[in-house]
Amino acid sequence: MERLESHQCTIELGKKLGASLKRGDVLLLEGDLGAGKTTLTQGIAEGLGVTEYVNSPTFVIISEYFSGRIPLYHMDLYRIEEESQLYDLGIEDYFFGNGVCVVEWPAVAEAFLPENVARLTFRKDGDVREIALTISGELDHMREAYNEYFGI
Amino acid sequence: MKKLNSVIMAIESSCDETACAIIKDGTEICANVVSTQIKIHEKFGGVVPEIASRKHLEYIDVVIEEALDEAGLGFADLDAIAVTMGPGLIGALLVGLSTAKGLAYSIKKPLIGVHHIEGHIYANFLAHPEIALPCICLVVSGGHTNIVKITEHGHYEILGQTVDDAAGEAYDKVARAIGLGYPGGPKIDRLAKEGNPKAIDFPRAQLDQPLNFSFSGLKSAVLNYLNQMQMKNAPVNDADVAASFQEAVVDVLVGHTIQAMEENGIQTLLLAGGVSANSHLRDRFDAICKEKGFAIYYPPLSLCTDNAAMIGAAAAYKFDRNEFSDYSLNAVAQLPFSEYVTTMKH
Repeated sequence: MERLESHQCTIELGKKLGASLKRGDVLLLEGDLGAGKTTLTQGIAEGLGVTEYVNSPTFVIISEYFSGRIPLYHMDLYRIEEESQLYDLGIEDYFFGNGVCVVEWPAVAEAFLPENVARLTFRKDGDVREIALTISGELDHMREAYNEYFGI
Repeated sequence: MKKLNSVIMAIESSCDETACAIIKDGTEICANVVSTQIKIHEKFGGVVPEIASRKHLEYIDVVIEEALDEAGLGFADLDAIAVTMGPGLIGALLVGLSTAKGLAYSIKKPLIGVHHIEGHIYANFLAHPEIALPCICLVVSGGHTNIVKITEHGHYEILGQTVDDAAGEAYDKVARAIGLGYPGGPKIDRLAKEGNPKAIDFPRAQLDQPLNFSFSGLKSAVLNYLNQMQMKNAPVNDADVAASFQEAVVDVLVGHTIQAMEENGIQTLLLAGGVSANSHLRDRFDAICKEKGFAIYYPPLSLCTDNAAMIGAAAAYKFDRNEFSDYSLNAVAQLPFSEYVTTMKH
């Protein structure tokens, strides 16, 4: 796991990742409340060139931002109780669409995920925040951006 | 008191609810149908979770028919079709908006787009048409926290807003952290009644712009507290956490709102939005308004949460001002109230 020294570091990592993203990329953010998921998304949005303020999508479930170089779909699936609701939400259209999906609380959506998916796992222990990247499939551009940020 | 003369059908589908209402003269609710109501569920044979666009699509015709039935009216009796244009879940908004456009076009009646926040504000004028202007409205919900100054109908000035989380969102996140589930507001409100609001001293954020709000730090403070207790293996009194958290939120909401009223020399206060149903918030505002001699209004509980009646009420005042939308009206997922006010200003 890599250490995130500060709020600003989380933003910077997000910017780096955001700048590398391509259409159809899906990023899953896993970790407890307050771990930094929304903060990282704010960085990703900045890296994509999104000019609007990115806040938590908890209430509306999916927030859409079109001001960047590719669309950003920011989701919080905490309130989704079962897979059938994901059909109702049209989640496949987002996952296999023309933008980037950043998904908080993604567990319920496992069955819908595309082959290429990046998982960012946050761990918070007291004041220490750590993050790890796991990639399934081919998302080299994300791995490169991540490694470059951490100097790995 | 403004005399209005209109029969307006309003459609609201910005998030969880598919709703249709018919409002006469801005004050009379002829019908107010929300898809989570029993009658509708009976038609569908059980409670159907309905978070999204495809469910809205299934429900929308039913709620519209139901509203006409309830009002004993037909399409020919309507003067206009109003609809929530944003903010919200885009797919959900589009279902309502497209339906409203189609209806307006086919019955040749004007279309009126309404901002969701404006709707929340007008839930008050619907329930209390006697409200005198100017007034201050505190709009608090799952997605919004705004102090709005209303000098005349349709003219708004945003005096304060959240720079991060909305008040209702902070409730939801804290409820999630102490394992209460969604929606957090009513659950914390209930649990807080059994706790000590002074048990834990959570922070009250004070910003450079003194009427703005920040709830993100408070959320983190609650999480840190829970974390520390867990690391020490110390027991956590959830009711105390709920009560102390709620006290911190309410302190700030009350403090900023009263400050805004005093600075602007305004003596009438409206509360609006889902969080305005919170009993502790109402009690605190009631007490301070009584002490200061301010008039205070809030909608009945059924009009605090999302509903179409409030959209119809806001639209009735727009109808009176001949403020209509054309068919290019689009659903906007992110629609800050300040931007809406600026673009819609006449």
